[in-house]
Amino acid sequence: MSQYLIRRILIALPSLLGISLVLFTVLALAPGDPFGELAQNPAVPPEVAASLREKFGMDDPIWERYVKWLTQMLQGNWGFSFVSRVDVDVLIMQRLPTTLIVIGSSQILALLVALPVGVYAAVRPYSLFDQIATTLAFIGFSLPTFFTGLMLILIFSITLDWLPFVYQSNVEATGLAFYWEHFKQSIMPVSVLGLFQAGVLTRFVRSAVLDVVRLDFVTTARAKGLRERAVIVKHIVRNAMIPVVTLVALQMPAVFGGAVVTEQIFRVPGIGSLLIAAILANDTPVIMAVTFVFACLVILFNLIADLLYGWLDPRISYR
Amino acid sequence: MEAWRRFRKHRLAVASAVILFLMIFAVLFGPVLWPVAINDIDFSAMLQGPSWAHPMGTDDLGQDVLARMLYGGRISLAVGLCAMFVAIGLGVLIGAIAGMARGSIDAALMWLTDLFLSLPQLPLLLVLIYLFRDVLKEWAGPELGVLILIIVVIGGLRWMPVARLVRAQFFSLREKEFVEAARALGASQSRQVVRHILPNSLGPVIVAATIDVAVAIIAESTLSFLGLGVPPDIPTWGRILFDAKDYLDFAPHWALFPGAAIFLTVLCINYIGDGLRDALDPRRVI
Repeated sequence: MSQYLIRRILIALPSLLGISLVLFTVLALAPGDPFGELAQNPAVPPEVAASLREKFGMDDPIWERYVKWLTQMLQGNWGFSFVSRVDVDVLIMQRLPTTLIVIGSSQILALLVALPVGVYAAVRPYSLFDQIATTLAFIGFSLPTFFTGLMLILIFSITLDWLPFVYQSNVEATGLAFYWEHFKQSIMPVSVLGLFQAGVLTRFVRSAVLDVVRLDFVTTARAKGLRERAVIVKHIVRNAMIPVVTLVALQMPAVFGGAVVTEQIFRVPGIGSLLIAAILANDTPVIMAVTFVFACLVILFNLIADLLYGWLDPRISYR
Repeated sequence: MEAWRRFRKHRLAVASAVILFLMIFAVLFGPVLWPVAINDIDFSAMLQGPSWAHPMGTDDLGQDVLARMLYGGRISLAVGLCAMFVAIGLGVLIGAIAGMARGSIDAALMWLTDLFLSLPQLPLLLVLIYLFRDVLKEWAGPELGVLILIIVVIGGLRWMPVARLVRAQFFSLREKEFVEAARALGASQSRQVVRHILPNSLGPVIVAATIDVAVAIIAESTLSFLGLGVPPDIPTWGRILFDAKDYLDFAPHWALFPGAAIFLTVLCINYIGDGLRDALDPRRVI
């Protein structure tokens, strides 16, 4: 297992390098100087600007700049936000937990909905339940997250006045009330993201289970007298999960996209809304760092998916 | 035709095709049938709900939402279509090169494909538009420049599934007897690809292309909804939604109509894609 883990990490490293290369190329190809604001600012004398350029190494050959930039990023030296005058890594570390909690709980919600619904629909294909489930799943992933978010605000915040629509990080309450307030304000962002994912996952699960139920080993399991429940949980679902894990991992970039939108609608103070704010304020170091963090998260989740894959399918680990 | 017969059996897909056709018709000829200016400011009719004079109500400047929806729909649909063509073009090109070259070129191209698949799409989209917006504005004018940029960037981040699909098709097709026959008759490699392999690998590509239109429409609307897409004077559906979201409590109609239009278009396109998959890709059961 540990050998498998090391091999997977070794495969993940080049992709991380590749992504950093893509990001850096984008930055380098971009017209104008990302640090040009300083140079154009009349309050900054030209010699100061020139020494700043030298300090940031703007006149070095491009590959040298890439290596420097990468070592800086790896050392955790991510620069300084132009707008909030705080180190970028501090800013991101403040906001990353919120994003991870929102994404994590929405993925759990999506799996809690998609697994039972997808399995139940696939075990009884073309039944009434299956048809309703597939139609709802289709509607679920055709609804853009920004529209669902606005609809939920309209229904639950404005019309019914049950839930707050602006997420507050400093809730004025203690003890149980504190957690209750946090839970209440997380319901809408988590369900917007979770229900969209649930639509996608239900289709994945249903088609994966449909592929498995016809196989001979399922018939064998039934023939030797196992209860239907045991057949479904131990034989069908475990094998159907193998392709689903891959598809979930491939879905991660889309999940982060959804998270950016959701955080922006509900003003959740995560790295997604930080990215939008930084773009609107031309805060280049923050923009690049947040994008890099998103890329790292995608790679990390792919790695986790690979490990799950090895656990679900023992044949892989021994190869 | 066999494919058409199979498509017709998918009733929801046929219904979606009709609805989508009606929407395209409305968007193309709507400004003729509903000749109200999109920027006719009327402060006496601000934020009104739907009425006979304004079937979809008015916005905060008293502009007619229906007229803006009809105009913006053209842009939204056109951006979706163009971005799809960019994605399919790139995907077919890269998939075909990888499928024909094999060996190290194939390995390198597939590594690139996997790399692009693990890029965080929306953040990168936002970054690219942020960095390159000003150049294109100077080069092609403020409106056209941003639209071209959005189309190219959305298409440029969506080619990977198509490339994989085309490559897999090429791998199986290039070993088929009819291609071997063409090769034996002395057909050049480009003729083999253009006349024999490519036309036979188009089925799954058409299905992917349909889904890509929906994805591109959502991507453009998302950008506009975040206030980072088209310039404010072009009322695409996402942009109308962006403008409307701060007035949700007293003018919900303003946000509901464009949101519903995006949803309906995407739903219809997805159903058509589903029907086309049944019709063109018979090996896939689901």
